[in-house]
Amino acid sequence: MSFLEYAPAPESRAILSLREQYGLFIDGQFVDGRGTPFQTISPATEERLATVASANDADVDVAVAAARRAYDRIWSRMSGRDRGKYLFRIARLVQERARELAVAESLDNGKPIKESRDVDVPLVAAWFFYYAGWADKLDHAGLGANPRALGVAAQVIPWNFPLLMLAWKIAPALAAGNTVVLKPAETTPLSALIFAEILQQAELPPGVVNIITGAGDTGAALVSHDGVDKVAFTGSTAVGRAIAKQVAGTDKKVTLELGGKAANIVFDDAPIDQAIEGIVNGIFFNQGHVCCAGSRLLVQENVHDEVVERLKLRLATLRMGDPLDKNTDIGAINSREQLERIRELSDVGVAEGAERWSAPCEIPENGFWYAPTIFTNVQTSSRIAREEIFGPVLSVLTFRTPAEAIAKANNTPYGLSAGIWTDKGSRILAVADQLRAGVVWANTFNRFDPASPFGGYKESGYGREGGRHGLAAYLAPTAIGQSAEPHRVAPGTHVPIESADPAAASETHSDARSEPRPATTKKGGAK
Amino acid sequence: MSGTSLVTARERALAVLGGEPDDATLRRYLHGIAGVDAVGLEQRAAGLGTRSIKTTSKRRALDTIISLIDLTTLEGADTPGKVRSLVAKAVNPDPADATTPRVAAVCVYGDMVPFAVDALGAAHGDPDAGLISVAAVATAFPSGRASLDVKLADTAEAVAAGADEIDMVIDRGAFLAGRYGLVFDQIAAVKEACRRPDGSSASLKVILETGELATYDNVRRASWLAILAGGDFIKTSTGKVQPAATLPVTLLMLEVVRDWHLATGQRIGVKPAGGIRASKDAIKYLVTVAETVGEEWLQPHLFRFGASSLLNDVLLQRQKMSTGHYSGADYVTID
Amino acid sequence: MSRLAVPKTYKLYIGGAFPRSESGRTYEVVSSSGAFLANAAKASRKDARDAIVAARAAVPAWAGATAYNRGQVLYRIAELLEGRRGQFIAEIEEAEGVSRAAASAQVDESVDRWVWYAGWSDKFAQVAGNANPVAGPYFNISVPEPTGVVAIVAPQDSSLLGLVSAVAPALVAGNAVVVVASERFPLSAISLAEVLATSDVPKGVVNVLTGAPAEIAPWLASHADVNALDLVGAADLDWISLEIEAADTLKRVLRPESGPDAAAPALGRISAFTETKTVWHTKSLR
Repeated sequence: MSFLEYAPAPESRAILSLREQYGLFIDGQFVDGRGTPFQTISPATEERLATVASANDADVDVAVAAARRAYDRIWSRMSGRDRGKYLFRIARLVQERARELAVAESLDNGKPIKESRDVDVPLVAAWFFYYAGWADKLDHAGLGANPRALGVAAQVIPWNFPLLMLAWKIAPALAAGNTVVLKPAETTPLSALIFAEILQQAELPPGVVNIITGAGDTGAALVSHDGVDKVAFTGSTAVGRAIAKQVAGTDKKVTLELGGKAANIVFDDAPIDQAIEGIVNGIFFNQGHVCCAGSRLLVQENVHDEVVERLKLRLATLRMGDPLDKNTDIGAINSREQLERIRELSDVGVAEGAERWSAPCEIPENGFWYAPTIFTNVQTSSRIAREEIFGPVLSVLTFRTPAEAIAKANNTPYGLSAGIWTDKGSRILAVADQLRAGVVWANTFNRFDPASPFGGYKESGYGREGGRHGLAAYLAPTAIGQSAEPHRVAPGTHVPIESADPAAASETHSDARSEPRPATTKKGGAK
Repeated sequence: MSGTSLVTARERALAVLGGEPDDATLRRYLHGIAGVDAVGLEQRAAGLGTRSIKTTSKRRALDTIISLIDLTTLEGADTPGKVRSLVAKAVNPDPADATTPRVAAVCVYGDMVPFAVDALGAAHGDPDAGLISVAAVATAFPSGRASLDVKLADTAEAVAAGADEIDMVIDRGAFLAGRYGLVFDQIAAVKEACRRPDGSSASLKVILETGELATYDNVRRASWLAILAGGDFIKTSTGKVQPAATLPVTLLMLEVVRDWHLATGQRIGVKPAGGIRASKDAIKYLVTVAETVGEEWLQPHLFRFGASSLLNDVLLQRQKMSTGHYSGADYVTID
Repeated sequence: MSRLAVPKTYKLYIGGAFPRSESGRTYEVVSSSGAFLANAAKASRKDARDAIVAARAAVPAWAGATAYNRGQVLYRIAELLEGRRGQFIAEIEEAEGVSRAAASAQVDESVDRWVWYAGWSDKFAQVAGNANPVAGPYFNISVPEPTGVVAIVAPQDSSLLGLVSAVAPALVAGNAVVVVASERFPLSAISLAEVLATSDVPKGVVNVLTGAPAEIAPWLASHADVNALDLVGAADLDWISLEIEAADTLKRVLRPESGPDAAAPALGRISAFTETKTVWHTKSLR
């Protein structure tokens, strides 16, 4: 056996005891769903992991009502300090059960355990720690004194970082004083359901967080529900667009974190070995199931061949296989459907005349797998250079000058992220200035931190998650002359929160010094 | 090992540099090499460090580590007795287990070479043949602050006394002052001093003392410089300066070696030295070698650990794997 | 014997020029008492398109100008407006049928808003941006940047103040603007365009269309090269459809506001048309 093959080093599944069946988590308890239950499988083996309830419209009603009750009676009346304490509790519990969560995540999602263990779950805990501290400091969030919570937040999250996206959504929402109904992705519900158990251990008041599982129609019912004040969605641009249309004319505040086709720009003076790592991390991290993945490599033409050669050498050392093996670099594609999509677009790339090269990986017999692949001779007009593949597929393009690199990088309807690799400081800053992307990584890639805002320009969505800016997605400024605590309403006296008549806009907007009414939550720091 | 002849090394350097290896030419060349982003380098090293080596792989790794150790004593208090003890340990690391491989070499001060050679006796020779080499530190180790004549005499004397390998130090002061030509010439001269009368040559390990070079860009440039000047190995540290060997520095030096191999086809060795005490850490180095330059480098002529206490930790791990329970310090010999 | 006046021809303001509508259409603008005041250009979808093209072309230089420079340019508008105070007062008095005092107040407030927003241009990034203390060896900073081209349906019930209140904040961060003026009170909008044209505002940074918002706004809402849509003055339009159209390219949308002081001064009006960009860079001494 070659040394590089290593012996199997599987993380033990013993730490995780999955239930046979999971219900919906509503009002602090697991309850049966009225939709048709579905199975969640391991994409690495296609083994069935658990049966999961599906929420129908009536279940969505119940969940939203529970969130509303919890908002009116408990959460909106609780001090920020106590809300913060609950979030701190949750953060600690996530740390305590970190390994279990990591195993569940890798099983259900297919991502390598080293990523769920070293990236996803630690960030989940960090996210709750970060926003826990904000809960009693909202006056300093940049929205003026006494910013108001929005009410009930409907949150729909994707399958690529199931638990991390949950944390990105729930932590700021609760810190800001909102209650939540969250729907995890159909293919990856498990970590969210274990998280529900954590909420029980934290003794979070019932109804403050409700987790309902189901497919797209469950999500659609949730975001269009009349009883929600806020919609937060992470997922495809197509669905985000549909949501934006759905909420048009309502008073729902919306944040959308959508697709991307990030340019990773490598100049000829780049720190080459780190750039290679950055390219690998940029597109092959999490099997490329990353909205901010550096899927378009823009490499200066005079170093193209060298970069591609080094990249191929490096890719040959990547280990694909059992997501629970600690030495696995590339796990399974999350679903058959996604695998088909990756294959289809890759075939398009070949048909368009690009050259495909795939790392020499052994493909396991069962499960969904796609070897790390790079396309060279890709033109800006190629579909694989324009459409989000959401898989381990890199398109390599070239440029000659900084201006051309910027022009090509910006030539996309997306604008989520970008990378710059060069040793020249002034160039980094100037290029970063001109890139139309919400996150720019210079001489690094795919770094995340709860203190750092994340979100896109253009069709990559609106609003930011993370940092002080992330709070703005869940708060409204209190206008001058308005009660600082408008939401301290008596239980059961829920005020309708939406109106199609703009003239009858809520009292918030009648004041002469009110804030504008964004249909879309913009960056924070307003006011 | 015969090493590369000086003439060839110099010719190759001239070809690579496109001119005489003077300060200006070397500066143009070394400063034209792509920079190193420290954070990215350290992250890559940390990532390699997370490889989990189990069961059969671990057993192989432990034996490989032993076979790559330069078992070292470099103290002012070294005596012939200490060196004999070290040699005994090198020849027979675990008296309780005859399957234990021997180390690659013993590494001593120049004046201790005769005692090492004497103690090794028939066990003295090429590690590829299951024998043990004698490595001598030279050139006014560890500071290198002496005249070139002294350094050359130091080297020649060790080689004459039977040293198979010379671990020289570069003049870090000259390097940091930008006098690359001087550093080049000294390495080349020491290389020449490694020659034996029969035309063969002791292998030359060039110690960069990366802890004093401070930046990764300097380490990369010094690595290229040492290779251009004819070094057979590049070595991180004397062990007398902190930080000594680190995984990121070693990774960086391996990347230079890989690039040199891609460019010239020549294989240069790498020796991290100082500070590697635990098997777990040493395994990370093996992983780094395997995933950077390839497993081919995991052989005594291309990779060494400069270490002393590492050996015993590996032996403890080895015993654990054999017996199934954890061993204790009294079950391995000191030295 | 009184002198025979020379009336002004009111045209559109696109790319720094004053063209007639490409459609050749005009519409009658009448005073509050119904008297004919002027024929205003009735912009078509092609005029809207041309305005967007001009705005897009103006973005890089305007966004790339220093914040100090943008502040000076915006302040210069206030200076010139102040200098033509009398003209605007008379125009508003006549068009809106309000008292001279009311017209004066509107003009004065308009001037003051330019001044207020001018002062923000080199400050709002300090308020809306910040360094982020991430847990790693990185320099990390978030800064607001202009979103690009902002299309505005100006408040419909004032001649000048609503227009200024909507346009000025969008310019602060470096956006270029296409604004549809009040349908009923379009004349001051074109007079303001004359102020802009003779100030230091680069051509194309502000483009003013007059005509029927109900006709023009859908083209702005659906145009793929518009980044944000401010519907502040669109309350009487089918603005929900506009918001739905805008969602096709995920434009940033501000919903209608009503009342005498729609688009009141607020930092939120500036940041609504910005994008937070977060830049990471490694840091190390090694």
